[in-house]
Amino acid sequence: MKFDAPATFNPIDRLKVVGRPTDRIDGPLKATGTAPYAYERHDVVPNQAYGYVVGSAIAKGRIASIDLKDAAAAPGVLAVVTAQNAGKLDKGEFNVARLFGGPDIQHYHQAIALVVAETFEQARAAAQLVRVDYVPAKGAFDLAAAKDAAIKLEPSFGGPADTAAGDFAGAFAKAPVRLDATYSTPDQSHAMMEPHASIAAWDGDRLTVWTSNQMIDWGTTDMAKTLRIGKEKVRLVSPYIGGGFGGKLFLRADALLAALGARAAKRPVKVALPRPLMINNTTHRPATIQRIRIGATKDGKIAAIGHESWSGNLPGGDPETAVGQTRLLYAGKNRMTAMRTAHLDLAEGNAMRAPGEAPGMMALEIAIDEMAEKLNLDPIEFRIRNDTQVDPEHPQRPFSQRQLIECLRIGSDRFGWSKRNPAPGKTRDGRWLVGLGVAAAFRNNLLAPSGARVRLDDRGIVTVETDMTDIGTGSYTIIAQTAAEMMGVSLDKVVVRLGDSAFPVSCGSGGQFGANNSTSGVYAACVKLREAVARKLGFNSPDVAFVDGEVRSGNRSVALAEAAGERGLAAEDAIEYGELDKTYQQSTFGAHFVEVAVDAATAEIRLRRMLAVCAAGRILNPKSARSQVIGAMTMGAGAALMEELVVDKRRGFFVNHDLAGYEVPVHADIPHQDVIFLDETDPISSPMKAKGVGELGICGVGAAVANAIYNATGVRVRDYPITLDKLLDRLPEMA
Amino acid sequence: MKSFTYERAASPAEAAAAAARIAGAKFIAGGTNLLDLMKLEIETPAHLIDVNGLALDKIEATADGGLRIGALVRNTDLAADQRVRRDYGLLARALLAGASGQLRNKATTAGNLLQRTRCPYFYDTNQPCNKRKPGSGCAALGGFSRAHAVVGVSDACIAVYPSDMAVALMALDATVETVCADGTTRRIPIAQLYRLPGETPHVENVLESGELISAVSLPKPVGGAHIYRKVRDRASYAFALVSVGAIVQRDGTGRVALGGVAPKPWRVAAAEAELPRGAKAVTAALLADAKPTRENAFKLPLVERTLGAVLRDARA
Repeated sequence: MKFDAPATFNPIDRLKVVGRPTDRIDGPLKATGTAPYAYERHDVVPNQAYGYVVGSAIAKGRIASIDLKDAAAAPGVLAVVTAQNAGKLDKGEFNVARLFGGPDIQHYHQAIALVVAETFEQARAAAQLVRVDYVPAKGAFDLAAAKDAAIKLEPSFGGPADTAAGDFAGAFAKAPVRLDATYSTPDQSHAMMEPHASIAAWDGDRLTVWTSNQMIDWGTTDMAKTLRIGKEKVRLVSPYIGGGFGGKLFLRADALLAALGARAAKRPVKVALPRPLMINNTTHRPATIQRIRIGATKDGKIAAIGHESWSGNLPGGDPETAVGQTRLLYAGKNRMTAMRTAHLDLAEGNAMRAPGEAPGMMALEIAIDEMAEKLNLDPIEFRIRNDTQVDPEHPQRPFSQRQLIECLRIGSDRFGWSKRNPAPGKTRDGRWLVGLGVAAAFRNNLLAPSGARVRLDDRGIVTVETDMTDIGTGSYTIIAQTAAEMMGVSLDKVVVRLGDSAFPVSCGSGGQFGANNSTSGVYAACVKLREAVARKLGFNSPDVAFVDGEVRSGNRSVALAEAAGERGLAAEDAIEYGELDKTYQQSTFGAHFVEVAVDAATAEIRLRRMLAVCAAGRILNPKSARSQVIGAMTMGAGAALMEELVVDKRRGFFVNHDLAGYEVPVHADIPHQDVIFLDETDPISSPMKAKGVGELGICGVGAAVANAIYNATGVRVRDYPITLDKLLDRLPEMA
Repeated sequence: MKSFTYERAASPAEAAAAAARIAGAKFIAGGTNLLDLMKLEIETPAHLIDVNGLALDKIEATADGGLRIGALVRNTDLAADQRVRRDYGLLARALLAGASGQLRNKATTAGNLLQRTRCPYFYDTNQPCNKRKPGSGCAALGGFSRAHAVVGVSDACIAVYPSDMAVALMALDATVETVCADGTTRRIPIAQLYRLPGETPHVENVLESGELISAVSLPKPVGGAHIYRKVRDRASYAFALVSVGAIVQRDGTGRVALGGVAPKPWRVAAAEAELPRGAKAVTAALLADAKPTRENAFKLPLVERTLGAVLRDARA
């Protein structure tokens, strides 16, 4: 189905199933621990052996020699695989560094060997016996130091490196009120609960991998390419994923090394990455340094806005597209954005929940707060004055929907913003300094083709198959809701099967594009199935309706089960998009409100209340969408207050490479959270009239926290995370 | 993890004797620290002596009005004990500020005392670390040292001691009771249990080969306000950046011990004499010989401010 004109009334608009706060259909499996995750698939193939990955002990250089003798002779060891004995390997399209290193080493903990043994303990013990002599080389690990040598690289996603409109320099120089400030965000880890894990089994030249991967088709493609075999020989299965956040978008070492280990050991092999390897072996969100300049008229209209961002990566890696939102969020005739990429020899930087906007909004929305203060304007009012209903770089392009002002106003009322004392450092509650902060939320709505197959059987059961994944987001549930709505059946008549490369290729999970696109693909397949049902019954008038398990036309009514007949009916289709995202700018909007308390003595920062108001098209399931947003707010709170992969700039690695060192919020850090969804549909986005929401919730929340801390203390911190040591010497005097 | 042999000890004396006799033997109780370290091959005991079966899990009143806490009393049980809560509130509060409920259920009194540093370089066997591999160097010096010790450090090691419980025991003048390999027993004041790193950071305490902690005894209660204030980046389940354990009497005298600043729970007698003069004077004496890094210098003002808040709370 080609979607190239705005949606009109369609069966989804009945909202009998879609749009309801349905419980997760996979909830009982998750709550009882019976949803099978990759490493636990003991049932799928017998005789599984265990692989343990050896990571490089140096960040850059080469292996002079590697001695496998002791490891190979250790108890239970079946095989020791290295890049040298694994056979010729290619590199995946989506991988920057090679997943199997040696003799050249590209980053710390790059995999250099896999030890396969009868038991996990044997494999782990033998892995310590792999003796490696390295010749270290000098590497670059310090973004601030490498920044001036950064170059212009065009990113693979997220628009061009540079944009400009009007005369930024001239307008900025002439603006009566100006801000020129530099912000930084650190490297961050996805730190999801389930590690990267895979079981691989060969049957002749055919490979099956039970894995944990957000993008089945990318993974299948890159597995085949890396192994230099046909894609049709590779099957990936990933029905349940214990969190991804972008860390599982790609083929990673666990899957590749499991396949190589299984080939060497001639039996199925399972591999999970230990936590330190999740941090230094896989991908992370790259650190940024961002310079923002805003010039405004005295009445608070932005005349010039400039946003530059520097980030680092391995050669071939992308920049972090942290300036993207600044191209779209606020009005202003004179504008510039630029991204520069420095060569760093850390592990590959890549997507993490809301790549680009998440760190970009952390900086931009502090800058807006600072600018409002300079203008003596309420930060909400300043944002409202600079709203735009068109893409400000290309004013002929309207937004498909843009209710930023509504989000800010509703949030302001609900949160009690009018009670905020705009003078910083003046509100005390016992030992606490209290402050309120606000930030806009913004994340683009991305479109991607997505396919599905739908079958109807003689019991009236509708089965959906797509290689779409559920990374904890609720894909199973909203896909079931979509199929139920389209076919006029209740949810218990729908079976959803996901995450298998044998199923039609979907958009996968990432970039908050999963919900809207995958359900649109299911919509398309259901439209075809409805046609097949109608055709079979000879219902050819336009009044055919699918209601209550029946198909009706005129005064005729046939149960779906009967319509399907013994052989059943099936249909397959995909949603594809025309030019609507070129004609219109499609984005999601919101507003974050945060109340913080800062201990007047110790500068400990504790959140008190959080509110997000979101305008993100039709909300397919308010319950799972709310879960997405509060999860994203939590992640944003972590980014604001504690999350930082600390680079050892001498040794070239992330030092705090476990969950004791890389702190993410615990329950005690997260206070009451509220989420409000505006009642909105976006018919330009898709037949579902939905958009993404899972990443909107993280975009801006960090800045709202930062702005609240400023309101509480009068201390403006521009370098994340905002830890107490950055406030301590500037706190107001104790009374 | 290296393969190891395992036995269940029948008595404290036998456990101590076995530990001295068998090269590379270690005691295991809760295992909340040792097992993690074994998985990473930071600890590689050839033999484990499981002491969980020894009847060292009682909390008993002593003749002089104090308490004797068995080495195997779990942190959860110790924190919940009525006598501890009533008379040694500092200890209960310090325990509950540490780790998580699950870990406290497993962790024992003696094991908590002997837990090892959480320095990330100690935990990464690719990195030099004088504590893990004597003579290999210290990667934390000049590296990531925000959480590290500021006082009592040496050029060989700036690792910080992680226990909250031990800070309270230090302020409470606890005594560690042990059984030696030859069957004799001894009593070690907790102030003398730990060694500063000097040139030998791998030697962390004065216990002899095979010596097993059997109990920790507390002298009779001293009264006063018991306050444990732990400052950290997140609200729970994190090690202290700085912690202050204080017992403050009505007349303004008292005791102060610090966590998160030194290779051992940190208490300085001269500093306590300054208590009536306030936090600044006490801190100056506590941290007189501080040698912070650029990254952890904030701990000095943080100690002073935290102690100030504690003393205000004690007065209130």
